Amino acid sequence: MSKTPEKQPGDPKTTGHSWDGIEEFDNPMPRWWLWTFYATIVWGVIYTILYPAWPLVQSATAGVLGWSTRANVQQEIVEFEERNAPLNAALVATPLEDISKDPNLQQYAVNAGGAVFRTWCAQCHGSGAQGAKGFPNLLDDAWLWGGTLEDIVHTVAHGIRNEESDEARYSEMPAFGEILEPEEISQVVQYVMSLSGAQTDDAAAQAGKVVFEDNCAACHGEDGKGDVTQGAPNLTDAIWLYGGDEKTLTETVTYSRFGVMPAWQNRLTEAQIRAVSAYVHQLGGGQ
Amino acid sequence: MAILDKHKILETNASLLLIFSFLVVTIGGIVQITPLFYLENTIEKVEGMRPYTPLEMAGREIYIREGCYVCHSQMIRPMRDEVERYGHYSLAAESMYDHPFQWGSKRTGPDLARVGGRYSDQWHVDHLRDPQSVVPESVMPKYGFLERRKLDGKYIGDIMAANAAVGTPYTDEMLENAEADFRAQADPDSDYDGLLERYGDKVNVRNFDGQPELTEADALIAYLQMLGTLVDFSTFTPVASR
Repeated sequence: MSKTPEKQPGDPKTTGHSWDGIEEFDNPMPRWWLWTFYATIVWGVIYTILYPAWPLVQSATAGVLGWSTRANVQQEIVEFEERNAPLNAALVATPLEDISKDPNLQQYAVNAGGAVFRTWCAQCHGSGAQGAKGFPNLLDDAWLWGGTLEDIVHTVAHGIRNEESDEARYSEMPAFGEILEPEEISQVVQYVMSLSGAQTDDAAAQAGKVVFEDNCAACHGEDGKGDVTQGAPNLTDAIWLYGGDEKTLTETVTYSRFGVMPAWQNRLTEAQIRAVSAYVHQLGGGQ
Repeated sequence: MAILDKHKILETNASLLLIFSFLVVTIGGIVQITPLFYLENTIEKVEGMRPYTPLEMAGREIYIREGCYVCHSQMIRPMRDEVERYGHYSLAAESMYDHPFQWGSKRTGPDLARVGGRYSDQWHVDHLRDPQSVVPESVMPKYGFLERRKLDGKYIGDIMAANAAVGTPYTDEMLENAEADFRAQADPDSDYDGLLERYGDKVNVRNFDGQPELTEADALIAYLQMLGTLVDFSTFTPVASR
């Protein structure tokens, strides 16, 4: 049994509670803590006066500073738009073929266009514009719908085979599985492969030439060089969107392809469309 | 002060302390939560918001089942960089038919609040099957199995009824035709006039995954292609004070 300690002079006061002779010292909170606590309460009240806070009947108090997230973001966007306004205006006003003649404007277009490309286009065409299966490589000089700056601007603005724009580039290759016999398909595949110099079965390719002339030449041309006015690819350049092996080509001829690109005219401004077109145009294949 | 002396009654009576603690917490809750139910600026009125079609609703269920929200947010914050990258900042009204909302809290992948119409259906098919085939730097897992899981829409009416019970304004007609609308949206050769009549002309009716069967990929892509496209921003003027 320990003895209850005697009270020493100078000990703090007790709370006055006593349980079985055990008492509790009433130590005050540290002063610095107490004042910090009071200060936060004062700050809290001031804050709710300055900034939107208290809910009332119809709306909440707006705060005397008039702070608003929406106004802030709007203001920031406008600020950058205004800074670029002269360049954007020049980009829209300059005829397309003259943009590259003004080094300042061309530099702006390519840089701004690069940013647009990485934000909106890279997911399909690749971050380096190298494309993917079904999504054209924009670095080479093969163009499905034309590689002049004007062609590219139209393709970006209206897209390909979509329902959003009436001026979207549109064409549809028939699914030849419903038109030709499997043997004819295999012959025409051999012929198409021979066009770009692939190893083929010569007899079948010869037979396929007839099938090609009867069914494919109307769009892809007698010589298979394609037609950019209807998005018919050049079949002689060994550049393949979906693949140039026998299996893939058989699939393409049998079921056809229907690559879609969205129209960007409602998402991007005219200046952005021209900028990204200028960027794509100078990547390597622009005509 | 006399009132502070009375505090002793609470401190020495556990049941009373419990009751009064509960009262204090209740007041705190009321102050924070109730204004949201009547303040006019909580959800502003916008043109174009509609409940999800049955196929989109099924896609949303798959989105939740696969945990897409763990890596993708659906909340474009009002900041310049986000608005430039993703489009107009999200409005509260745009998640008003979400039970629960899909704002998410972390972006391992990009925000999806306005992904609708940004890519072609074929891109979504390729990307779900093998994300790295179109975006080599992506760390997203493959979801090709969705194309092989067929859906018949047998229970979609029940899911919609559950949403109706918590406030989504599905009409009796919508609920009765749920299964038919579910099939019609993924089949452009079907008679989908009823679907458009019930949900509006802007509903996408396509064979989303390009296969004859109606699969989970159809439903998910239908949902993704609708995201963020409902509000008509040509008729919307943001009020700065909100």
